[in-house]
Amino acid sequence: MTSHFRSQIEAERPYLLRYASLQLRDAHAAEDVVQETLLAALAGEAGFGGRSNLRTWLTGILKHKIVDAIRRLSRESARVPDEEALEALFDERGHWIDPPRAWDAPDGLLEQKQFLAALEDCLGRLPAKTAQVFMMREHLGYDTADICKEIGVTPTHCWVLLYRARVALRECLQTNWFSK
Amino acid sequence: MMLSCKEATQLVSQGLDRRLGLGQRVALRLHLAICDGCSNFRKQVALLREAMKRLAG
Repeated sequence: MTSHFRSQIEAERPYLLRYASLQLRDAHAAEDVVQETLLAALAGEAGFGGRSNLRTWLTGILKHKIVDAIRRLSRESARVPDEEALEALFDERGHWIDPPRAWDAPDGLLEQKQFLAALEDCLGRLPAKTAQVFMMREHLGYDTADICKEIGVTPTHCWVLLYRARVALRECLQTNWFSK
Repeated sequence: MMLSCKEATQLVSQGLDRRLGLGQRVALRLHLAICDGCSNFRKQVALLREAMKRLAG
């Protein structure tokens, strides 16, 4: 039973690794959190009890490990100022230099693997901390107050990072998807 | 007071993370009514939010 459970868990490793890599953007940190997750899962086999989907259960554990890792990483990493890139979008009076044009977003766009892959690629180009805050907000669904606490920044700084992430991702998708 | 596009996009973004003040909401609505660029920006960051929910599980 236990060895069966072990192999079932092991089969989820690639999925978990991809999930963690996307959020942490650090291959070593991702492997570490996945390893911690699998160990915690084995130790807590009774806690699973087949009540929920195995992947959902593992992902739940993984999310906690990721938040811990983000907290550790954010203490270690220096802030990357990306104000300059942002300034280049607006003139000195704060007007768009190149105003966003409407996107041709057909029904089902969000189900397209290629589109989501393009989005992931754009996420990969954000500065680490900006990406972490954005992932916590938009993917893990934390509210800003909790993110501030986890990362140790003021709400205002949090909003600035989220703004930069949205602006940069919008620009990136404009260039790499909607203009093609 | 008229918002610049930079200020308007900042409020659009913050509006996804907190409840804006009444004055901010009014100023933003006035700006969006006359600014296609910022209206597109608002739709596009909303799409971004939906897309993020669909990533990797």
